[in-house]
Amino acid sequence: MKNQLDETKPIFLQIKEQLEDSVINESVKPGERVPSTNEFAGYYQINPATAAKGINELVNEGILVKRRGVGMFVTEHAKTILIKKRKKTFYENYMLPLKSEANKLNISREELLEMVERGETYEN
Amino acid sequence: MKIEVKDVSKKYKDTNALDNVSFTLNEPKIYGLLGRNGAGKTTFMEILSGQILASEGQILIDGEPPFDNQRLTEAICLIKEGNNFKRDLKVKNVLRIYSYFYPTWDQGLADELIAEYNLNLNAKVKALSKGMVSALGIIVGLASKAPITIFDEPYIGLDAAARKKFYEILLEEYESEKRTIIFSTHLIDEVSLMFEEVLILQDGKLVLKEEAEELRNNTCAVSGTVQDVEEFVKGKEVIQSKNLAGMMTAYVYGSIEQAKSAGLSAEGIPIQELMIYLTEKKGA
Repeated sequence: MKNQLDETKPIFLQIKEQLEDSVINESVKPGERVPSTNEFAGYYQINPATAAKGINELVNEGILVKRRGVGMFVTEHAKTILIKKRKKTFYENYMLPLKSEANKLNISREELLEMVERGETYEN
Repeated sequence: MKIEVKDVSKKYKDTNALDNVSFTLNEPKIYGLLGRNGAGKTTFMEILSGQILASEGQILIDGEPPFDNQRLTEAICLIKEGNNFKRDLKVKNVLRIYSYFYPTWDQGLADELIAEYNLNLNAKVKALSKGMVSALGIIVGLASKAPITIFDEPYIGLDAAARKKFYEILLEEYESEKRTIIFSTHLIDEVSLMFEEVLILQDGKLVLKEEAEELRNNTCAVSGTVQDVEEFVKGKEVIQSKNLAGMMTAYVYGSIEQAKSAGLSAEGIPIQELMIYLTEKKGA
């Protein structure tokens, strides 16, 4: 859970992404309850309608399911759905900025590939 | 309650405090009413709460004008920056008067807030510190549970912790029961996340009315070389721009993604900054 939200970006997206991250890194598991709209609103002092928008989008995408009177729960296939979605946006969010910065610095294709590989060995 | 503002003007001698303002607030939401000093915010709130009349045009609440209208006055609570209460009254009597006035009054909440802010019930208003008078205003505003509750810079002298507590309780109350809350303040950074919709007045005119999330999504500061930025902002509404050493930053209506895919660097604009740029432009 982030301590503070970034005031310059849509708040509902930040709420949504936080919940997504929690599902992907399994800090909330399938079948577990996630914080309610009001819990988010209280924690961050944000408008409850804004928090609700983020949560409702996750319901529509099949990540969360609403059980009336009980709360919001992570669905069984939430993680699979999210990883698929995140892979799609990986190129735009990470590769495009990488390429544009490399371009600015005149880093050649070979150099760039070499750096990616170096990153891999770092990981291992 | 539905609030319709129809061509409202208010003239004081030769100044136009409000100049032909029209808009509608359809739903109970938390609205932020922003603007520089003298923009007409307080005048608007006084007309809305039926305390003064407009020179031209009118405000209708559920179809009726609020001036001299008891049914509506009981549904509206305006807490101003100061002079809300008679100075010779004791705190407990102030609260009693309001509890009789508002049919929606919540005594339980009032008691809870009195304890929270450590208010002495037997003290006279004139004996209270500035912060304590503000706390009393906040207590009345929240406990009134009026379907239209208006806070006009309600916390002179309240410290940061007491303000935070106020925001917390305001949100709790709003969650448990939706009501129209109009919030006017200069401490925009502290409260902008609570706003669902933002209205900005400048020189008596409405210059912006937009959902807060839409503003975060659709305004950005774009930076790059003068040439690239000028190319990007063609056909877009530019709020303000500045140049330095061949580089340029423009504050525009447009999404960050759009600017980034044009190869420019872009970031969002906090609502406080947006208000400043917007009112500087219109004032210039």
